[in-house]
Amino acid sequence: MLEDKKDGWKAAIALAPAMIFLVVFMFFPLVNTTIMSFMEGFQFRANAGIFAISHRYQGIGFQEYINVLRDPIFLTALKNTMVMVVISVPISVILGLLVSVCLNNIKRLQNIFQTIFFLPYVTNTIALGMVFKVMFSTNNGLINLIVETFGGDKIAWLTDATTKGYWSALFVITCYTVWSGLAFKILVFLSGLQSIDKQYYEAARIDGASRARVFWKITVPLLSPMIAYITITSFIGAFKAYESVIAVFGRGSYIFGPAGDTNMWITVVGYVYKLLPSLMTPGNLSKASAGSVILLLIILAFTGIQLYVSKKRVHY
Amino acid sequence: MEKEMYFANEKALRSYKRKRFLSQFLLYSFLVLVAIFILIPFYWMLVTSLKTTAEADLLKPTLFPKYIAWENYIYVFSQVSLFGKYFLNTLFVSICTTTLVVITTVGAAFAFSRLNFKGRDALFAVLLVTMMIPGEMMIITNYMTISVLGWMETYRALIFPFSVSVFYIFFLRQSFKQIPNELYLAAKVDGVGDFKYLFKVMIPIAISSIVTIIILSLMGAWNAYIWPQLVANAGPHRMIANGLMTVFTDDFRTQQNMQLAASTIVTTPLIVFFIAFRKYIMRGVSRSGIKG
Repeated sequence: MLEDKKDGWKAAIALAPAMIFLVVFMFFPLVNTTIMSFMEGFQFRANAGIFAISHRYQGIGFQEYINVLRDPIFLTALKNTMVMVVISVPISVILGLLVSVCLNNIKRLQNIFQTIFFLPYVTNTIALGMVFKVMFSTNNGLINLIVETFGGDKIAWLTDATTKGYWSALFVITCYTVWSGLAFKILVFLSGLQSIDKQYYEAARIDGASRARVFWKITVPLLSPMIAYITITSFIGAFKAYESVIAVFGRGSYIFGPAGDTNMWITVVGYVYKLLPSLMTPGNLSKASAGSVILLLIILAFTGIQLYVSKKRVHY
Repeated sequence: MEKEMYFANEKALRSYKRKRFLSQFLLYSFLVLVAIFILIPFYWMLVTSLKTTAEADLLKPTLFPKYIAWENYIYVFSQVSLFGKYFLNTLFVSICTTTLVVITTVGAAFAFSRLNFKGRDALFAVLLVTMMIPGEMMIITNYMTISVLGWMETYRALIFPFSVSVFYIFFLRQSFKQIPNELYLAAKVDGVGDFKYLFKVMIPIAISSIVTIIILSLMGAWNAYIWPQLVANAGPHRMIANGLMTVFTDDFRTQQNMQLAASTIVTTPLIVFFIAFRKYIMRGVSRSGIKG
């Protein structure tokens, strides 16, 4: 009887605050940005209104998408983002899984370790990016001190605009990404591990199964929903990389590399931000929109593939 | 578990104990290594921030400062006259955002978990789908909206776009849903209205989830970089993360000790906050998605 009651007006009151903000800052922008991405020769004038169609434009079509896809900087950004995704996601997921399994197998100090591993999550990306920059600085950095102690030569980690510098900068970016992303993965994996029924392990022990066998035949299958979840969120997070890159170079919001090549490690998100108007440039909003729609499509495609794969592999 | 184990003889017991000791030793060694990897940047941040400029520039860096230069911290505040202002801006924006977030989240979570209205499930499904869409799509139009409204370089531009979060609504709805239906029915019999039930029963029961939301929202403002960079980076309304970037690029371009003193100043409140509210933060994050 109560479940059939109608409380339309009460719902309207309760939902109103959230809906006002959602409509203005989320639903409308989604539609508006999508429309803008198809507007050719779009000119933004601050007094023309918030609707894309009230601004001046020449036609409707795919021109901005073509412009983006032909832009060598976008292709660099896409390549860079892909390289980062392919390298940092597997490393951080596997390391996170290893750490969680180890944590789950110890009794003493578990809490202290967990707190330490979580610390990077509650830090400011820009602040800690600067720390990595200083640690990897060529002349007086901690990392080069270690390199020299082991008999190597100083490496120009973040200041070399050549191909060698490209990969050394990737090393720094990967270190920082893995360092700051580990906390979340450990947290999710550990809570997953703790919810696995101990009886499975008892049974395996009685049967005399080896540790490796227990890991592959019990832990991984029972943890597979968490592994799938973490892989998807890590992929999405890595595709949206931006702050970590500008933070380790530490030279400003739109500088993605050393002095000789400021677009060296530009990412797709960085590319989109660079197209927004600022004090220095009028920007190109419809090109930025097209870039962001392309990013959405890439993320959707990857998520789709992963959901498809996990449907076959994930054990629920 | 160990008490239930029986061994054929002393030798088997000893071999079991040895194996167990070895595996525990390996586990702890690995965890200690990872802990060192996590802690080194914090250590280096603190140590460098306390070196004199001459010592920080040494070609062979010292692992511990010879002279502990506390004055670096005073120097940062005196050189960057607005650094204190950035703190207050961030505090103000985070408190306003969080207040609005609580209002919008409690209302929406209440409607989605307790009320019946047409299209409820469809609307909720639409909200869930939007969680996958990259924020950059919203940022482009929001930038236009803010500039057309004349809100550039105002607190409003920093507060309103972040006054609602689909994730928080989803999170609180889950907690509301766990409240037993019997309570609601009993309240109905006693003639308690829906909104009174929300304030007298649902909010008190789900208060720990609301505290989690408050903490995550406050932390979000502390970390915000991209949006403030676009709409409020000219000076008086600048937020702490953006202020920090200008400290690196303008005020202390070459002085690493000062740069990391500034980093330490920004990081310390977050760490203290985390240690104080560890339980709430970790609970909230394990259900969330991506940082930022």
